[in-house]
Amino acid sequence: MESTIIKSRNFNASFGTNHVVKNVNIDIPRNKVIAVMGPSGCGKTTYLRCINRMHELIAGATCSGEMTINGENIYQMHPIFVRLKIGMVFQRPNPFPNLSIYDNVIAGYKLNGIKLPKAERDRVVESSLTRVALWNEVKDSLTKKGSFLSGGQQQRLCIARAVAMEPEVLLFDEPTSALDPISTSTVEELFHELKTNYTLIIVTHNMQQAARVSDKTAFFYLGELVEYDETKIMFTNPKDSRTQNYITGRFS
Amino acid sequence: MEIGSVKYRIGKSYGFKALVTVFAFACVVPLLFILFFIVRQGITKINWHFLVNVPKPVGEPGGGIINALVGSIEIIFFSALIAIPIGIMAGIYLSENRRGRLAYWCRLCVDILQGVPSIVIGIVAYFWIVKPEFTIHIGFLRLHKSAGFSAISGSIALAIMMLPIVIRSTEETLKLLPSSLQEAAFALGVPYHRVIFKVIIPVGIGGILSGVMLSIARITGETAPLLFTAFGNPYLSYNIGKPMQSLPLLIFNYATSPYDDWKNLAWGASLILLMWVLLLNISTKLITRKWKVQL
Repeated sequence: MESTIIKSRNFNASFGTNHVVKNVNIDIPRNKVIAVMGPSGCGKTTYLRCINRMHELIAGATCSGEMTINGENIYQMHPIFVRLKIGMVFQRPNPFPNLSIYDNVIAGYKLNGIKLPKAERDRVVESSLTRVALWNEVKDSLTKKGSFLSGGQQQRLCIARAVAMEPEVLLFDEPTSALDPISTSTVEELFHELKTNYTLIIVTHNMQQAARVSDKTAFFYLGELVEYDETKIMFTNPKDSRTQNYITGRFS
Repeated sequence: MEIGSVKYRIGKSYGFKALVTVFAFACVVPLLFILFFIVRQGITKINWHFLVNVPKPVGEPGGGIINALVGSIEIIFFSALIAIPIGIMAGIYLSENRRGRLAYWCRLCVDILQGVPSIVIGIVAYFWIVKPEFTIHIGFLRLHKSAGFSAISGSIALAIMMLPIVIRSTEETLKLLPSSLQEAAFALGVPYHRVIFKVIIPVGIGGILSGVMLSIARITGETAPLLFTAFGNPYLSYNIGKPMQSLPLLIFNYATSPYDDWKNLAWGASLILLMWVLLLNISTKLITRKWKVQL
């Protein structure tokens, strides 16, 4: 029996009058990779941004329903604590251009004003960069700016930045859609490593990617959660005809 | 199409190119003339004595502009002290709240303020700060006093002139920063004020600073508001509560005087003022280039 870390019940999200996430019920198990797929505009990214309360930063955005982490209601916690527990990686790599690679990794501490002793900082930087398989590539250029790296390296730097905060859950919003195939496969390999320590929720509209990296897959269509099951079952024997149509490419 | 007509069209297009080139060149000429004229008139008057002495009374040769230099620096320093924090904060607000009602009105007011003639700002500063009277009670004595001309009232007037430039340049700079930058910081659980101070301002600092420098260059030569406020002073003064000389005031007063010694002083001061503004403009360009953060 697997333990659930994130649970949502009757969860809705809208932008003004535009209802984009409709009545979603989902249980996300600990230390697994969950892929969220669906056609563009189906509400998958919005749902993801509701999990760490980034959705509410957009003017006019509202949401309702229950969303919990370890049984605690996310919407009754302070958003800052939520975001410390739930890290996020974005579609486009966005390292802080004014910070060095080193400072980018510990940006979560630095920007929050958390003082770490030098030895501890070095340890966090090295272990985070090692975990995203970037340490060997950048260990000699830690003082260079983050934007000096290639796109794929920048994205791994962003993952390291999220990992450095020791969150419980990592959210990925189409993390490889701005990357070339080689960088994409490096990042995908990372997902397998990372799930030993974290729960990963990955939004993607690349079905092959969902099939390759995830343990469970959720399919969103027009704001509804159509189907949510083991990835193997989803791709071989989906119960819903809309899932069937989507994975066979009848609509996208 | 006939060869002749094509040739005619090519010729016309060459003609047009020549025309725009001539006008582009014509825009450079006035500045070159001004530079040449001022430098020719001013360069012979500037020496060490000129920079460290106060003006001499009529009839005595020599004299310098130290009082105006010190005054200009002090008045501008206090203007910057007032306008920069307010301007940057307001600029941040405008770039963060692009569609709000307050943002709309604020933006409108800033744009109008930018167009308000400097002499009007001077009059307002005069009536608000210089003119108001207060009463001092000493026993049964009652003394009516007004605040009087002071350097600080000039600083306030100039600060009002600086504000729109600082606000708009801050806003425009920050608007260009990708929203993903803020989101990255928010996603790390960074509170709003730290996102502003540790991410947004450092990344946009080049643009913000260049706005600040340009606004200083803009007010350096302002004369009209100072006529009503700082007033001018033939002696060296450091007291911001008292009248103070400044370069544009000195030029205005001495250039219109009938005495050659004083006119020469005004030429020298013009050259100093011109070099000051040029230096600010050039260093602005350097700052924007050097502090530009690669996104």
